[in-house]
Amino acid sequence: MNSRQKNRIKDRAFKYLGIFSTSIGLILLTVFIGSIIKDGIGRIDWDFLTNLPSRKAEKAGILTALAGSVWLLVMTAIVSIPLGVAAAIHLEEYSRKTRWSSFLEINITNLAGVPSVIYGILGLQIFVRTMRFGGSLLAGAFTLALLILPIIIVTTREAIKAVPSSIKEASYGLGATKWQTIRHQVLPAAGGSIATGIILALSRAIGETAPVIIIGALAYVAFVPQSPTDEFTVLPIQIFNWVSRPDHAFVVNAAAGIIVLLAVTFMMNGIAVYLRHRWQNKVNW
Amino acid sequence: MKTKERIIEAGLKFSSLITVLTTLGILWVLLSQSLVFFGEVSIIEFLTSREWTPLFENKHYGILPLLAGTALTTFVAIAVALPLGITIAIYLSEYASAPIRNTFKPLLEILAAVPTVVYGFFALTVVTPFLKGILPELATFNALSAGLVMGVMIIPMVSSLSEDALRAVPNSLREAAYGMGSTRLQTAFRVLVPAASSGIVVSVLLAISRAIGETMIVTIAAGQQPNLTFNPMETVETITAYIVQVSLGDVPHGSIEYRTIFAAGLMLFVLTFILNNISYFVKKRYQQQYE
Amino acid sequence: MEEIIEIEKTVTSEKHRAEQPADAKHTENPVRPKLETRGVNVFYGDNQVITDVSITMKEKSVTALIGPSGCGKSTFLRLFNRMNDYIKVFRKEGDICIDGKDIYSPSVHVEDLRKMVGMVFQKPNPFPKTIYENVAYGLRIQGVNDKNILDEAVEQSLKSAALWNEVRSNLKKSALALSGGQQQRLCIARALAVNPSILLMDEPASALDPIATAKIEELIHRLKEDYTIVIVTHNMQQAGRVSDMTAFFYLGKLIEYTETKKLFTSPENEMTENYITGRFG
Repeated sequence: MNSRQKNRIKDRAFKYLGIFSTSIGLILLTVFIGSIIKDGIGRIDWDFLTNLPSRKAEKAGILTALAGSVWLLVMTAIVSIPLGVAAAIHLEEYSRKTRWSSFLEINITNLAGVPSVIYGILGLQIFVRTMRFGGSLLAGAFTLALLILPIIIVTTREAIKAVPSSIKEASYGLGATKWQTIRHQVLPAAGGSIATGIILALSRAIGETAPVIIIGALAYVAFVPQSPTDEFTVLPIQIFNWVSRPDHAFVVNAAAGIIVLLAVTFMMNGIAVYLRHRWQNKVNW
Repeated sequence: MKTKERIIEAGLKFSSLITVLTTLGILWVLLSQSLVFFGEVSIIEFLTSREWTPLFENKHYGILPLLAGTALTTFVAIAVALPLGITIAIYLSEYASAPIRNTFKPLLEILAAVPTVVYGFFALTVVTPFLKGILPELATFNALSAGLVMGVMIIPMVSSLSEDALRAVPNSLREAAYGMGSTRLQTAFRVLVPAASSGIVVSVLLAISRAIGETMIVTIAAGQQPNLTFNPMETVETITAYIVQVSLGDVPHGSIEYRTIFAAGLMLFVLTFILNNISYFVKKRYQQQYE
Repeated sequence: MEEIIEIEKTVTSEKHRAEQPADAKHTENPVRPKLETRGVNVFYGDNQVITDVSITMKEKSVTALIGPSGCGKSTFLRLFNRMNDYIKVFRKEGDICIDGKDIYSPSVHVEDLRKMVGMVFQKPNPFPKTIYENVAYGLRIQGVNDKNILDEAVEQSLKSAALWNEVRSNLKKSALALSGGQQQRLCIARALAVNPSILLMDEPASALDPIATAKIEELIHRLKEDYTIVIVTHNMQQAGRVSDMTAFFYLGKLIEYTETKKLFTSPENEMTENYITGRFG
């Protein structure tokens, strides 16, 4: 066999290695989700979704956790979306290229890389202790909002950057002010991508566990929260709590809880992908 | 009308200042609490003592066991994610057809979208029992399972950033290599990977930073036992897992035990901060190169 | 809004062209030129891109700016609606006046200036909205929301831009569905809708095919009756066909400025002659 043939064989072999590598993670994920569904699907029924937590595995439900997650998601969205989009507009459209603006940029990149436990510690000291929100939804929402703010800012900036400057020039040329141009041209044109980024950021927030544990969300909350100042738990904490128990019946509960959490996460990701796709087809520069 | 514009601009500017306040907040919280901590515990002991037992009778405050736990799980994770991620990147950018690439890229992103508590469950209830079949001496909570699963989670991080870097290599280089009779494999490893090396380095640095900061997988699957070891079969505790452990217990606020999480948090912050900044500047530099 | 200046009045004093014949819009003044620059220098950072240009343009005339790429003609054009303001390193010296008023004076609101000075860009750049909304946009941002006024303005502007017959039944269709030539005429209609008195055109036909180009040129001919037009073009035949006056720029300097016919038949400057005979550029 000459070296050229050897090279060709190596080339082919690498192709199959590539296909294998690309698939392996997905195969593992499928196996894993399959095993979780096998463990947990039998446990999911109306009672599981609507029961309060209980010390008896068979009676325990995820109502308080699910309600807590929804509350937290909505409140986080309310805090983070306006702030994130506004900051992105400022950085992309208003801020001049100065040392300060490049500092802001490095700072945001850094914040995006700060581990979520650190945000938990920040939330614990600032919102829980200094502002005296306690382990409430309010403290949780502010903490998670800060956590996903860099993600929203980065994706929104990308979306704004993708709007062709010819559109902006046309608008300025007609006598529009900066804000009118942003409000009527830039934001509508970038809307799909912005929404996609926001949904992905929120889906990250709904799966976060560590920072919410650190600010003191409780694993056992007997009631559905009624107001933003109430204590709460969330689905990932409920799952974590069940995972750490030795009794197998609770592990089944954890699997069932995971099915619900994954369903929510995948649904949000699906919506995001769909939005991005639809927008790309609609606006074709 | 002018005033309205100005008010809006001020509001937007304020929003961007929130990010600076967040950083200042993190620094202030970590530093102020750590300062009190280091008033009682010498920084020498913190950095050199080989035991971490703040929650026990006989207290020692050496961060090394936690660092070792973090390093161990991170190492295992990178050992999984680096070869797989780069192979995937080369396959997708140089071998795969456009439809295959467009199908697999979003599918791979799913790996990163799964909540980490779910991966932790997977590591503990599926991977560990499976590995115990092969390695009977494996502890129930061990760095190996946690690291392997964490590696799977960060595959898309390495693969997508590396792929971007590979695709940013100008086509003329590819054509030059093919023109001299190279195979795709030779072109990829001898020409493209070296040309895209900065981008690949960035992807790996960010993946390491992510693995260091990852919390739930290691808390659930690697255990909560500070252990100065480099044997991945043993139970360990990472910095992040320790912070969660303290948060779950009822350590009195204001006590020295409570402040340990700020000192540990500061350590974690410094590590990830350094990695993130190196990758940021490497990225800035190679972006300029292609412009 | 206390310090309303004259150029604002001309715009705001009437909401739509249809209500009044266009001629009555601006006070005829044979002495005072419509557009005038005096000793204008422009710098981008340390780079001087325009050197000492003084020029006057008459009302309701077409002036063509020609010259090789990078000669500063586009930069010069954009001085008149202050489109260069967005370039961070931009700096200018000298006076630029419209109807005798310095448009760079601090009392001029740049938005008001641009309502009076419409601009058409090199590449058609319709908004990703309906045809109707594209034309109505300029009025909407001025706070005009009355449907009758908008309908009327949209129809009039599209007629003036010779596009009405082609799109009258599809006003709700996306502007991006139009052909390139139609898009460019839509952009002209969009500029006309805010009732400017001056139109700046930056190589408006360079991205279009010959038939669409002919339509735009024909349109320029008709618009000249109501508007003062300044057009940048690469195409010397086009300059010859559409303009009354032609200014030749080279390396940021105004080399020659005279009647189009004269410039193309007997240019005084040797550089001009070399350029129009195709010896460089």
